[in-house]
Amino acid sequence: MLRALLRTLSIQYMSLTRQDVEKIAHLARLSISEQELPVYVSALSSIVNFVDELSRVQTGDVEPMAHPLDGQQQRLRADEVTSTDCREKYQVNAPSVAAGLYVVPRVIE
Amino acid sequence: MLHNLSIGELAERLNSRELSSVELTRHYLARIERFGATLNAMITLTAERALADAAQADLRLKGGERGPLLGIPLIHKDIFCTDGVRTSCGSRMLDNFIAPYDATVVTRLKEAGVVMLGKANMDEFAMGSSNETSYYGPVKNPWNTRKVPGGSSGGSAAAAAARLAPLATGTDTGGSIRQPAALTGITGIKPTYGRVSRYGMIAFASSLDQAGVFARSVADAVPALQVMAGFDPRDSTSVDAPVPDYAAALGKPLKGLKIGILREFFEGLEARNAALIHDALNVYKDLGAQTVEISLPHLPASVPTYYVVAPAECSSNLSRFDGVRYGYRCEQPKDLLDLYKRSRGEGFGAEVKRRIMTGTYVLSAGYFDAYYLKAQKVRRLITDEFRTAFTQVDLLIGPTTPTPAFDLGAKVDDPVTMYLNDIYTIGANLAGLPALSLPCGFLDGLPMGLQLMGPHFSEDRLLCAGHAYQLATDWHKRAPEGYE
Repeated sequence: MLRALLRTLSIQYMSLTRQDVEKIAHLARLSISEQELPVYVSALSSIVNFVDELSRVQTGDVEPMAHPLDGQQQRLRADEVTSTDCREKYQVNAPSVAAGLYVVPRVIE
Repeated sequence: MLHNLSIGELAERLNSRELSSVELTRHYLARIERFGATLNAMITLTAERALADAAQADLRLKGGERGPLLGIPLIHKDIFCTDGVRTSCGSRMLDNFIAPYDATVVTRLKEAGVVMLGKANMDEFAMGSSNETSYYGPVKNPWNTRKVPGGSSGGSAAAAAARLAPLATGTDTGGSIRQPAALTGITGIKPTYGRVSRYGMIAFASSLDQAGVFARSVADAVPALQVMAGFDPRDSTSVDAPVPDYAAALGKPLKGLKIGILREFFEGLEARNAALIHDALNVYKDLGAQTVEISLPHLPASVPTYYVVAPAECSSNLSRFDGVRYGYRCEQPKDLLDLYKRSRGEGFGAEVKRRIMTGTYVLSAGYFDAYYLKAQKVRRLITDEFRTAFTQVDLLIGPTTPTPAFDLGAKVDDPVTMYLNDIYTIGANLAGLPALSLPCGFLDGLPMGLQLMGPHFSEDRLLCAGHAYQLATDWHKRAPEGYE
Protein backbone atom coordinates (compact mmCIF):
# COMPACT_ATOMS: atom_id res chain seq x y z
CA MET A 1 0.00 0.00 0.00
CA LEU A 2 2.76 2.39 0.99
CA ARG A 3 4.80 1.32 -2.07
CA ALA A 4 1.93 1.94 -4.48
CA LEU A 5 1.46 5.44 -3.12
CA LEU A 6 5.14 6.27 -3.13
CA ARG A 7 5.18 5.45 -6.86
CA THR A 8 2.81 8.36 -7.48
CA LEU A 9 5.26 10.72 -5.79
CA SER A 10 7.84 10.17 -8.47
CA ILE A 11 5.70 12.05 -11.00
CA GLN A 12 7.25 15.50 -11.34
CA TYR A 13 5.40 17.70 -13.76
CA MET A 14 3.38 20.87 -13.28
CA SER A 15 -0.22 19.93 -13.91
CA LEU A 16 -1.40 23.46 -13.06
CA THR A 17 -0.25 26.75 -14.55
CA ARG A 18 0.23 30.07 -12.87
CA GLN A 19 -3.02 31.24 -14.48
CA ASP A 20 -4.87 28.19 -13.12
CA VAL A 21 -3.74 28.97 -9.59
CA GLU A 22 -4.61 32.66 -9.93
CA LYS A 23 -8.09 31.66 -11.05
CA ILE A 24 -8.52 29.15 -8.21
CA ALA A 25 -7.32 31.72 -5.66
CA HIS A 26 -9.85 34.21 -7.02
CA LEU A 27 -12.69 31.66 -6.85
CA ALA A 28 -11.64 30.84 -3.27
CA ARG A 29 -11.39 34.57 -2.41
CA LEU A 30 -7.78 34.27 -1.27
CA SER A 31 -5.15 36.90 -1.94
CA ILE A 32 -1.88 35.22 -2.90
CA SER A 33 1.22 37.39 -3.29
CA GLU A 34 3.43 37.35 -6.39
CA GLN A 35 6.24 35.72 -4.38
CA GLU A 36 3.95 33.00 -2.97
CA LEU A 37 2.36 32.12 -6.31
CA PRO A 38 5.08 29.78 -7.68
CA VAL A 39 5.10 27.90 -4.35
CA TYR A 40 1.37 27.27 -4.67
CA VAL A 41 1.69 26.28 -8.34
CA SER A 42 4.21 23.63 -7.38
CA ALA A 43 2.40 22.40 -4.24
CA LEU A 44 -1.05 22.25 -5.88
CA SER A 45 0.43 20.51 -8.93
CA SER A 46 1.91 17.78 -6.78
CA ILE A 47 -1.39 17.38 -4.90
CA VAL A 48 -3.33 17.16 -8.17
CA ASN A 49 -0.82 14.63 -9.57
CA PHE A 50 -1.27 12.61 -6.43
CA VAL A 51 -5.08 12.57 -6.48
CA ASP A 52 -5.00 11.79 -10.22
CA GLU A 53 -4.28 8.24 -9.01
CA LEU A 54 -8.07 7.99 -8.67
CA SER A 55 -8.49 7.90 -12.44
CA ARG A 56 -6.94 4.39 -12.38
CA VAL A 57 -9.78 3.03 -10.25
CA GLN A 58 -12.62 1.38 -12.19
CA THR A 59 -15.82 2.86 -10.78
CA GLY A 60 -18.36 2.16 -13.54
CA ASP A 61 -21.86 3.02 -12.39
CA VAL A 62 -21.07 3.02 -8.66
CA GLU A 63 -23.38 5.37 -6.80
CA PRO A 64 -21.37 8.33 -5.39
CA MET A 65 -21.26 8.35 -1.59
CA ALA A 66 -21.57 11.73 0.08
CA HIS A 67 -21.82 10.58 3.62
CA PRO A 68 -20.82 7.59 5.80
CA LEU A 69 -24.36 7.14 7.10
CA ASP A 70 -26.00 7.75 3.76
CA GLY A 71 -28.70 5.13 4.34
CA GLN A 72 -30.01 7.23 7.17
CA GLN A 73 -32.99 9.57 6.81
CA GLN A 74 -32.31 13.25 7.39
CA ARG A 75 -34.21 14.38 10.45
CA LEU A 76 -36.61 17.31 10.37
CA ARG A 77 -37.63 19.25 13.43
CA ALA A 78 -40.86 21.04 14.19
CA ASP A 79 -40.95 24.61 12.88
CA GLU A 80 -40.81 26.20 16.31
CA VAL A 81 -38.61 28.88 17.83
CA THR A 82 -36.02 27.13 19.97
CA SER A 83 -33.33 29.74 20.54
CA THR A 84 -33.38 33.27 21.81
CA ASP A 85 -31.89 36.38 20.21
CA CYS A 86 -28.12 36.38 20.78
CA ARG A 87 -27.23 39.20 18.41
CA GLU A 88 -25.33 41.30 20.92
CA LYS A 89 -23.37 38.33 22.17
CA TYR A 90 -22.47 37.25 18.65
CA GLN A 91 -21.55 40.72 17.47
CA VAL A 92 -18.90 41.03 20.18
CA ASN A 93 -16.72 39.02 17.77
CA ALA A 94 -17.44 41.17 14.72
CA PRO A 95 -14.62 43.36 13.39
CA SER A 96 -16.99 46.27 12.85
CA VAL A 97 -20.65 46.83 13.82
CA ALA A 98 -22.93 49.84 13.96
CA ALA A 99 -26.50 49.97 15.26
CA GLY A 100 -26.60 46.17 15.39
CA LEU A 101 -25.48 45.83 11.78
CA TYR A 102 -22.24 44.41 10.36
CA VAL A 103 -20.19 47.10 8.64
CA VAL A 104 -18.38 46.41 5.35
CA PRO A 105 -16.84 48.73 2.73
CA ARG A 106 -19.40 50.49 0.55
CA VAL A 107 -20.92 48.05 -1.98
CA ILE A 108 -23.38 50.31 -3.85
CA GLU A 109 -22.08 53.63 -5.15
CA MET B 1 2.34 10.81 42.21
CA LEU B 2 -1.17 12.00 41.48
CA HIS B 3 -0.56 12.31 37.74
CA ASN B 4 0.20 8.62 37.42
CA LEU B 5 -3.07 7.51 38.98
CA SER B 6 -5.79 6.17 36.72
CA ILE B 7 -9.13 7.94 36.36
CA GLY B 8 -10.67 5.17 38.47
CA GLU B 9 -8.12 5.69 41.25
CA LEU B 10 -8.55 9.47 41.13
CA ALA B 11 -12.34 9.15 41.26
CA GLU B 12 -12.04 6.81 44.25
CA ARG B 13 -9.93 9.36 46.14
CA LEU B 14 -12.20 12.23 45.15
CA ASN B 15 -15.29 10.27 46.14
CA SER B 16 -13.80 9.30 49.51
CA ARG B 17 -12.83 12.98 49.98
CA GLU B 18 -9.23 11.90 50.57
CA LEU B 19 -8.33 14.22 47.68
CA SER B 20 -10.09 17.41 46.60
CA SER B 21 -10.64 18.45 43.02
CA VAL B 22 -8.98 21.79 43.85
CA GLU B 23 -5.81 19.96 44.98
CA LEU B 24 -5.84 17.78 41.89
CA THR B 25 -6.44 20.76 39.61
CA ARG B 26 -3.58 22.69 41.25
CA HIS B 27 -1.31 19.70 40.74
CA TYR B 28 -2.03 19.60 37.01
CA LEU B 29 -1.88 23.37 36.59
CA ALA B 30 1.57 23.27 38.19
CA ARG B 31 2.64 20.61 35.68
CA ILE B 32 1.35 22.71 32.80
CA GLU B 33 3.28 25.65 34.23
CA ARG B 34 6.42 23.52 34.45
CA PHE B 35 6.30 21.79 31.06
CA GLY B 36 3.88 23.86 29.01
CA ALA B 37 6.46 26.17 27.43
CA THR B 38 8.83 23.33 26.47
CA LEU B 39 6.09 21.37 24.74
CA ASN B 40 4.00 24.33 23.51
CA ALA B 41 1.00 22.04 24.03
CA MET B 42 -1.40 24.75 25.16
CA ILE B 43 -2.89 27.78 23.41
CA THR B 44 -5.01 29.12 26.26
CA LEU B 45 -4.85 28.34 29.98
CA THR B 46 -8.02 28.79 32.02
CA ALA B 47 -6.52 28.39 35.49
CA GLU B 48 -8.88 30.68 37.35
CA ARG B 49 -11.97 29.15 35.84
CA ALA B 50 -10.53 25.67 36.45
CA LEU B 51 -10.06 26.35 40.15
CA ALA B 52 -13.60 27.75 40.39
CA ASP B 53 -15.00 24.69 38.58
CA ALA B 54 -12.93 22.42 40.83
CA ALA B 55 -14.32 24.14 43.92
CA GLN B 56 -17.80 23.60 42.47
CA ALA B 57 -17.02 19.91 41.90
CA ASP B 58 -15.81 19.66 45.50
CA LEU B 59 -19.13 21.10 46.65
CA ARG B 60 -21.02 18.52 44.61
CA LEU B 61 -18.84 15.77 46.08
CA LYS B 62 -19.37 17.16 49.58
CA GLY B 63 -23.11 17.09 48.94
CA GLY B 64 -22.87 13.36 48.32
CA GLU B 65 -22.91 13.39 44.53
CA ARG B 66 -20.71 10.76 42.88
CA GLY B 67 -19.52 10.25 39.35
CA PRO B 68 -16.61 8.76 37.45
CA LEU B 69 -15.54 12.19 36.15
CA LEU B 70 -16.72 14.49 38.92
CA GLY B 71 -13.73 16.73 39.73
CA ILE B 72 -11.42 15.21 37.08
CA PRO B 73 -9.32 17.73 35.07
CA LEU B 74 -9.28 17.70 31.28
CA ILE B 75 -7.86 19.67 28.37
CA HIS B 76 -10.01 20.51 25.33
CA LYS B 77 -8.64 20.69 21.84
CA ASP B 78 -8.99 24.32 20.76
CA ILE B 79 -11.45 23.30 18.04
CA PHE B 80 -14.31 22.96 20.57
CA CYS B 81 -16.22 26.14 21.28
CA THR B 82 -16.02 27.12 24.95
CA ASP B 83 -18.42 29.85 26.06
CA GLY B 84 -16.53 33.00 27.04
CA VAL B 85 -13.12 31.48 26.30
CA ARG B 86 -11.01 32.13 23.22
CA THR B 87 -11.47 29.36 20.65
CA SER B 88 -8.74 29.83 18.02
CA CYS B 89 -8.72 26.53 16.11
CA GLY B 90 -4.96 27.09 15.86
CA SER B 91 -5.50 29.93 13.39
CA ARG B 92 -4.69 33.62 13.15
CA MET B 93 -8.20 33.85 11.68
CA LEU B 94 -9.73 33.10 15.08
CA ASP B 95 -6.98 34.47 17.32
CA ASN B 96 -9.44 36.98 18.77
CA PHE B 97 -12.56 34.77 18.70
CA ILE B 98 -14.38 34.36 22.01
CA ALA B 99 -16.85 31.51 21.55
CA PRO B 100 -20.40 32.61 22.40
CA TYR B 101 -21.55 29.10 23.37
CA ASP B 102 -20.28 25.68 24.43
CA ALA B 103 -19.90 22.74 22.07
CA THR B 104 -22.15 19.82 23.08
CA VAL B 105 -19.02 17.81 23.99
CA VAL B 106 -17.97 20.62 26.33
CA THR B 107 -21.46 20.92 27.86
CA ARG B 108 -21.74 17.19 28.51
CA LEU B 109 -18.32 16.87 30.10
CA LYS B 110 -18.97 19.99 32.19
CA GLU B 111 -22.25 18.50 33.45
CA ALA B 112 -20.35 15.35 34.41
CA GLY B 113 -18.16 17.56 36.62
CA VAL B 114 -15.03 17.66 34.48
CA VAL B 115 -12.69 20.60 35.16
CA MET B 116 -11.30 22.26 32.02
CA LEU B 117 -7.65 23.30 32.48
CA GLY B 118 -7.35 25.04 29.12
CA LYS B 119 -7.31 24.69 25.36
CA ALA B 120 -4.76 22.58 23.53
CA ASN B 121 -2.63 23.55 20.57
CA MET B 122 -3.50 21.94 17.22
CA ASP B 123 -2.82 22.13 13.52
CA GLU B 124 -4.61 25.11 11.98
CA PHE B 125 -8.27 24.15 11.48
CA ALA B 126 -7.18 20.55 12.17
CA MET B 127 -5.33 20.42 8.83
CA GLY B 128 -2.01 18.75 9.40
CA SER B 129 -0.33 15.59 10.62
CA SER B 130 2.50 17.09 12.68
CA ASN B 131 1.05 20.05 14.57
CA GLU B 132 3.39 22.33 12.63
CA THR B 133 0.66 24.27 10.82
CA SER B 134 -0.55 25.94 14.04
CA TYR B 135 -0.45 29.75 14.14
CA TYR B 136 0.85 29.28 17.70
CA GLY B 137 3.91 27.28 16.67
CA PRO B 138 4.62 23.55 16.64
CA VAL B 139 3.98 21.24 19.58
CA LYS B 140 6.95 19.12 20.69
CA ASN B 141 6.79 15.41 21.37
CA PRO B 142 7.47 14.72 25.08
CA TRP B 143 9.43 11.56 24.13
CA ASN B 144 11.91 13.66 22.18
CA THR B 145 11.40 17.39 21.78
CA ARG B 146 13.10 17.40 18.36
CA LYS B 147 10.24 15.23 17.08
CA VAL B 148 6.67 16.11 16.12
CA PRO B 149 3.81 14.83 18.31
CA GLY B 150 1.65 14.10 15.26
CA GLY B 151 -1.48 16.00 14.38
CA SER B 152 -3.82 17.53 14.13
CA SER B 153 -4.67 16.99 17.81
CA GLY B 154 -0.95 17.26 18.69
CA GLY B 155 -1.37 19.50 21.74
CA SER B 156 -3.98 17.21 23.28
CA ALA B 157 -1.82 14.13 22.69
CA ALA B 158 1.42 15.70 23.94
CA ALA B 159 -0.40 17.01 27.04
CA ALA B 160 -1.93 13.64 27.90
CA ALA B 161 1.38 11.82 27.24
CA ALA B 162 3.31 14.31 29.41
CA ARG B 163 0.70 13.87 32.14
CA LEU B 164 -0.41 17.52 32.01
CA ALA B 165 -3.98 16.19 32.24
CA PRO B 166 -5.44 12.71 32.66
CA LEU B 167 -7.79 13.28 29.72
CA ALA B 168 -7.84 15.40 26.57
CA THR B 169 -10.40 15.74 23.82
CA GLY B 170 -9.52 15.57 20.14
CA THR B 171 -11.10 15.36 16.72
CA ASP B 172 -10.31 12.92 13.94
CA THR B 173 -11.03 13.74 10.29
CA GLY B 174 -8.30 11.58 8.72
CA GLY B 175 -6.43 10.24 11.73
CA SER B 176 -6.04 13.32 13.92
CA ILE B 177 -6.68 11.39 17.14
CA ARG B 178 -5.13 8.02 16.33
CA GLN B 179 -1.91 9.23 14.67
CA PRO B 180 -0.85 11.61 17.49
CA ALA B 181 -1.92 9.02 20.09
CA ALA B 182 0.40 6.52 18.41
CA LEU B 183 3.31 8.95 18.12
CA THR B 184 3.07 9.99 21.78
CA GLY B 185 2.46 6.53 23.26
CA ILE B 186 -1.08 6.96 24.52
CA THR B 187 -4.57 5.63 23.81
CA GLY B 188 -6.89 7.47 21.41
CA ILE B 189 -10.33 6.57 20.15
CA LYS B 190 -12.23 7.91 17.16
CA PRO B 191 -15.86 6.85 17.53
CA THR B 192 -18.30 6.01 14.74
CA TYR B 193 -19.32 8.97 12.58
CA GLY B 194 -22.46 10.36 14.24
CA ARG B 195 -21.78 8.83 17.67
CA VAL B 196 -20.52 12.08 19.25
CA SER B 197 -22.12 15.44 18.50
CA ARG B 198 -20.29 17.84 16.18
CA TYR B 199 -22.26 20.82 17.48
CA GLY B 200 -19.83 23.60 18.41
CA MET B 201 -16.88 21.71 16.96
CA ILE B 202 -15.39 23.95 14.28
CA ALA B 203 -16.01 22.16 10.99
CA PHE B 204 -13.23 21.00 8.68
CA ALA B 205 -14.76 18.18 6.57
CA SER B 206 -18.29 17.57 7.77
CA SER B 207 -18.74 14.04 6.40
CA LEU B 208 -15.50 12.89 8.10
CA ASP B 209 -15.11 14.91 11.33
CA GLN B 210 -15.68 13.06 14.57
CA ALA B 211 -14.81 13.93 18.18
CA GLY B 212 -13.03 11.52 20.48
CA VAL B 213 -10.73 11.28 23.44
CA PHE B 214 -7.12 10.74 24.52
CA ALA B 215 -6.19 8.98 27.74
CA ARG B 216 -3.32 6.88 29.05
CA SER B 217 -5.44 3.73 28.90
CA VAL B 218 -8.66 2.39 27.46
CA ALA B 219 -10.10 2.13 30.97
CA ASP B 220 -9.44 5.86 31.46
CA ALA B 221 -10.99 6.79 28.11
CA VAL B 222 -14.22 4.88 28.82
CA PRO B 223 -15.94 7.27 31.27
CA ALA B 224 -15.18 10.25 28.99
CA LEU B 225 -16.51 8.54 25.87
CA GLN B 226 -19.58 7.40 27.80
CA VAL B 227 -20.43 11.04 28.56
CA MET B 228 -19.54 12.38 25.10
CA ALA B 229 -21.48 9.79 23.10
CA GLY B 230 -25.17 10.03 22.34
CA PHE B 231 -27.83 11.77 20.34
CA ASP B 232 -27.83 15.54 19.99
CA PRO B 233 -30.70 17.19 18.12
CA ARG B 234 -28.41 20.15 17.34
CA ASP B 235 -26.21 18.02 15.05
CA SER B 236 -28.17 16.95 11.97
CA THR B 237 -25.96 13.86 11.49
CA SER B 238 -26.01 12.80 15.14
CA VAL B 239 -27.33 9.26 15.35
CA ASP B 240 -30.31 8.63 17.58
CA ALA B 241 -29.33 5.23 18.93
CA PRO B 242 -28.83 4.00 22.49
CA VAL B 243 -25.26 4.16 23.84
CA PRO B 244 -24.14 0.89 25.43
CA ASP B 245 -22.58 0.78 28.88
CA TYR B 246 -18.92 0.84 27.83
CA ALA B 247 -17.55 0.07 31.31
CA ALA B 248 -19.71 -3.05 31.44
CA ALA B 249 -18.33 -4.17 28.06
CA LEU B 250 -14.71 -4.14 29.27
CA GLY B 251 -14.73 -7.42 31.12
CA LYS B 252 -16.04 -9.60 28.30
CA PRO B 253 -13.79 -12.53 27.30
CA LEU B 254 -12.13 -12.39 23.88
CA LYS B 255 -12.52 -16.11 23.24
CA GLY B 256 -13.79 -16.63 19.71
CA LEU B 257 -13.20 -13.00 18.66
CA LYS B 258 -12.23 -12.92 14.99
CA ILE B 259 -9.54 -10.40 14.10
CA GLY B 260 -8.84 -9.63 10.45
CA ILE B 261 -5.26 -8.83 9.48
CA LEU B 262 -5.45 -6.20 6.77
CA ARG B 263 -3.16 -7.43 4.02
CA GLU B 264 -2.83 -4.03 2.30
CA PHE B 265 -1.55 -2.48 5.52
CA PHE B 266 1.41 -4.81 5.63
CA GLU B 267 2.53 -4.39 2.02
CA GLY B 268 5.63 -2.21 2.10
CA LEU B 269 5.43 -1.83 5.87
CA GLU B 270 8.81 -1.67 7.60
CA ALA B 271 9.63 -5.11 9.05
CA ARG B 272 10.19 -3.82 12.58
CA ASN B 273 6.80 -2.08 12.53
CA ALA B 274 5.12 -5.23 11.20
CA ALA B 275 6.82 -7.26 13.94
CA LEU B 276 5.22 -5.07 16.62
CA ILE B 277 1.77 -5.72 15.17
CA HIS B 278 2.47 -9.45 14.97
CA ASP B 279 3.54 -9.41 18.62
CA ALA B 280 0.19 -7.84 19.43
CA LEU B 281 -1.58 -10.50 17.39
CA ASN B 282 0.15 -13.14 19.46
CA VAL B 283 -1.17 -11.46 22.59
CA TYR B 284 -4.67 -11.65 21.12
CA LYS B 285 -4.22 -15.30 20.14
CA ASP B 286 -3.19 -16.08 23.72
CA LEU B 287 -6.38 -14.38 24.85
CA GLY B 288 -8.43 -16.73 22.68
CA ALA B 289 -8.92 -14.62 19.55
CA GLN B 290 -8.68 -16.09 16.06
CA THR B 291 -6.93 -14.30 13.23
CA VAL B 292 -7.79 -14.31 9.54
CA GLU B 293 -6.11 -12.49 6.68
CA ILE B 294 -8.41 -9.99 4.97
CA SER B 295 -7.88 -8.03 1.78
CA LEU B 296 -9.50 -4.70 0.89
CA PRO B 297 -8.22 -4.16 -2.66
CA HIS B 298 -9.46 -0.55 -2.91
CA LEU B 299 -7.93 0.55 0.37
CA PRO B 300 -4.75 1.98 -1.24
CA ALA B 301 -7.01 4.50 -3.01
CA SER B 302 -8.19 5.86 0.34
CA VAL B 303 -5.49 8.54 0.60
CA PRO B 304 -6.14 10.19 -2.79
CA THR B 305 -9.89 9.82 -2.15
CA TYR B 306 -9.53 11.59 1.15
CA TYR B 307 -7.39 14.37 -0.34
CA VAL B 308 -10.23 15.17 -2.73
CA VAL B 309 -13.19 14.79 -0.36
CA ALA B 310 -11.66 16.54 2.66
CA PRO B 311 -10.37 19.64 0.81
CA ALA B 312 -13.68 19.92 -1.09
CA GLU B 313 -15.62 19.99 2.17
CA CYS B 314 -13.00 22.26 3.74
CA SER B 315 -13.24 24.82 0.95
CA SER B 316 -16.98 24.93 1.46
CA ASN B 317 -16.90 25.03 5.28
CA LEU B 318 -14.17 27.65 5.49
CA SER B 319 -16.01 30.02 3.16
CA ARG B 320 -17.74 31.27 6.32
CA PHE B 321 -14.55 33.11 7.29
CA ASP B 322 -15.15 36.32 5.42
CA GLY B 323 -13.78 39.03 7.71
CA VAL B 324 -17.30 40.33 8.29
CA ARG B 325 -19.08 38.55 11.12
CA TYR B 326 -16.16 37.27 13.22
CA GLY B 327 -12.51 36.51 12.95
CA TYR B 328 -9.62 38.36 11.36
CA ARG B 329 -10.16 41.40 9.13
CA CYS B 330 -7.41 42.95 7.03
CA GLU B 331 -6.41 46.61 7.44
CA GLN B 332 -7.90 49.25 5.16
CA PRO B 333 -9.90 47.12 2.69
CA LYS B 334 -10.53 49.10 -0.48
CA ASP B 335 -13.74 47.24 -1.34
CA LEU B 336 -15.69 44.14 -0.32
CA LEU B 337 -13.75 41.81 -2.61
CA ASP B 338 -10.45 43.12 -1.26
CA LEU B 339 -11.78 42.65 2.28
CA TYR B 340 -12.64 39.01 1.57
CA LYS B 341 -9.43 38.20 -0.24
CA ARG B 342 -6.95 39.85 2.07
CA SER B 343 -8.74 38.86 5.30
CA ARG B 344 -8.63 35.24 4.15
CA GLY B 345 -5.19 35.48 2.56
CA GLU B 346 -3.67 36.97 5.72
CA GLY B 347 -5.84 35.11 8.25
CA PHE B 348 -5.18 31.57 6.96
CA GLY B 349 -1.82 29.79 6.95
CA ALA B 350 -0.21 28.02 3.98
CA GLU B 351 -1.61 24.51 4.53
CA VAL B 352 -5.16 25.76 5.00
CA LYS B 353 -4.84 27.83 1.81
CA ARG B 354 -3.49 24.81 -0.08
CA ARG B 355 -6.48 22.74 1.02
CA ILE B 356 -9.03 25.45 0.28
CA MET B 357 -7.54 25.83 -3.20
CA THR B 358 -7.39 22.06 -3.79
CA GLY B 359 -11.04 21.85 -2.78
CA THR B 360 -12.01 24.79 -4.93
CA TYR B 361 -10.25 23.17 -7.88
CA VAL B 362 -11.87 19.73 -7.52
CA LEU B 363 -15.30 21.34 -7.18
CA SER B 364 -14.87 23.74 -10.08
CA ALA B 365 -16.62 23.47 -13.43
CA GLY B 366 -14.90 20.94 -15.65
CA TYR B 367 -13.15 19.07 -12.81
CA PHE B 368 -16.08 18.14 -10.57
CA ASP B 369 -16.78 14.78 -12.25
CA ALA B 370 -13.15 13.76 -12.66
CA TYR B 371 -12.21 14.47 -9.05
CA TYR B 372 -15.03 15.04 -6.61
CA LEU B 373 -17.62 12.67 -8.04
CA LYS B 374 -14.93 10.10 -8.78
CA ALA B 375 -13.68 10.28 -5.18
CA GLN B 376 -17.22 9.82 -3.89
CA LYS B 377 -17.55 6.67 -6.00
CA VAL B 378 -14.25 5.29 -4.75
CA ARG B 379 -15.37 6.16 -1.24
CA ARG B 380 -18.33 3.83 -1.69
CA LEU B 381 -16.12 1.03 -3.04
CA ILE B 382 -13.88 1.32 0.02
CA THR B 383 -16.84 1.48 2.39
CA ASP B 384 -18.47 -1.57 0.79
CA GLU B 385 -15.23 -3.53 1.15
CA PHE B 386 -15.11 -2.71 4.85
CA ARG B 387 -18.75 -3.77 5.19
CA THR B 388 -18.03 -7.12 3.52
CA ALA B 389 -14.93 -7.60 5.69
CA PHE B 390 -17.04 -7.15 8.82
CA THR B 391 -19.33 -9.99 7.77
CA GLN B 392 -16.26 -12.22 8.14
CA VAL B 393 -14.43 -10.71 11.12
CA ASP B 394 -15.26 -8.76 14.27
CA LEU B 395 -12.34 -6.34 14.15
CA LEU B 396 -9.56 -5.36 11.80
CA ILE B 397 -5.99 -4.84 12.93
CA GLY B 398 -3.03 -2.95 11.53
CA PRO B 399 -0.46 -0.30 12.39
CA THR B 400 -1.62 3.24 13.16
CA THR B 401 1.30 4.94 11.37
CA PRO B 402 4.00 3.91 8.89
CA THR B 403 6.85 5.30 11.06
CA PRO B 404 7.47 6.64 14.56
CA ALA B 405 7.48 10.41 15.18
CA PHE B 406 9.63 12.25 12.62
CA ASP B 407 11.81 15.34 13.03
CA LEU B 408 10.23 18.76 13.34
CA GLY B 409 10.53 20.49 9.99
CA ALA B 410 11.24 17.27 8.06
CA LYS B 411 8.10 17.29 5.92
CA VAL B 412 6.73 20.84 6.09
CA ASP B 413 7.72 21.72 2.54
CA ASP B 414 6.29 18.59 0.99
CA PRO B 415 2.52 18.37 1.48
CA VAL B 416 2.04 15.02 -0.25
CA THR B 417 4.72 13.21 1.79
CA MET B 418 3.06 14.68 4.87
CA TYR B 419 -0.31 13.32 3.69
CA LEU B 420 1.08 9.78 3.62
CA ASN B 421 1.24 9.81 7.43
CA ASP B 422 -2.48 9.22 7.33
CA ILE B 423 -2.25 6.20 5.02
CA TYR B 424 -3.55 3.73 7.65
CA THR B 425 -6.04 5.96 9.42
CA ILE B 426 -8.05 7.53 6.58
CA GLY B 427 -10.03 4.40 5.67
CA ALA B 428 -11.97 4.49 8.94
CA ASN B 429 -12.97 8.11 8.33
CA LEU B 430 -14.15 7.50 4.77
CA ALA B 431 -16.28 4.59 5.93
CA GLY B 432 -17.33 6.30 9.20
CA LEU B 433 -15.96 3.42 11.31
CA PRO B 434 -14.83 3.57 14.93
CA ALA B 435 -11.12 2.97 15.46
CA LEU B 436 -8.73 2.85 18.37
CA SER B 437 -4.96 3.36 18.63
CA LEU B 438 -3.09 1.62 21.44
CA PRO B 439 0.61 1.84 22.38
CA CYS B 440 2.24 -1.43 21.23
CA GLY B 441 5.99 -0.96 21.57
CA PHE B 442 8.89 1.23 20.52
CA LEU B 443 11.00 1.88 17.45
CA ASP B 444 14.22 3.87 17.88
CA GLY B 445 13.14 4.84 21.38
CA LEU B 446 9.83 6.27 20.16
CA PRO B 447 6.37 4.85 20.81
CA MET B 448 4.36 3.08 18.11
CA GLY B 449 0.64 2.44 17.83
CA LEU B 450 -1.54 -0.52 17.05
CA GLN B 451 -4.82 0.23 15.33
CA LEU B 452 -8.10 -1.65 15.78
CA MET B 453 -11.12 -0.88 13.61
CA GLY B 454 -14.65 -2.17 14.00
CA PRO B 455 -18.00 -1.94 12.25
CA HIS B 456 -20.30 1.05 12.89
CA PHE B 457 -21.23 1.47 16.56
CA SER B 458 -18.89 -1.27 17.80
CA GLU B 459 -17.07 1.03 20.26
CA ASP B 460 -17.91 -1.41 23.05
CA ARG B 461 -16.15 -4.25 21.23
CA LEU B 462 -13.13 -2.08 20.39
CA LEU B 463 -12.79 -0.85 23.95
CA CYS B 464 -13.13 -4.39 25.28
CA ALA B 465 -10.40 -5.66 22.95
CA GLY B 466 -8.17 -2.67 23.74
CA HIS B 467 -8.61 -3.11 27.47
CA ALA B 468 -7.84 -6.84 27.28
CA TYR B 469 -4.60 -6.00 25.43
CA GLN B 470 -3.66 -3.47 28.08
CA LEU B 471 -4.30 -5.97 30.87
CA ALA B 472 -1.86 -8.33 29.14
CA THR B 473 0.83 -5.74 28.26
CA ASP B 474 2.35 -2.68 29.86
CA TRP B 475 3.28 -0.48 26.87
CA HIS B 476 0.60 2.01 27.89
CA LYS B 477 2.22 2.42 31.31
CA ARG B 478 5.50 3.78 29.94
CA ALA B 479 6.04 7.49 30.52
CA PRO B 480 8.43 9.74 28.63
CA GLU B 481 11.59 10.48 30.60
CA GLY B 482 11.27 13.53 32.79
CA TYR B 483 7.47 13.35 32.88
CA GLU B 484 7.06 10.23 35.07
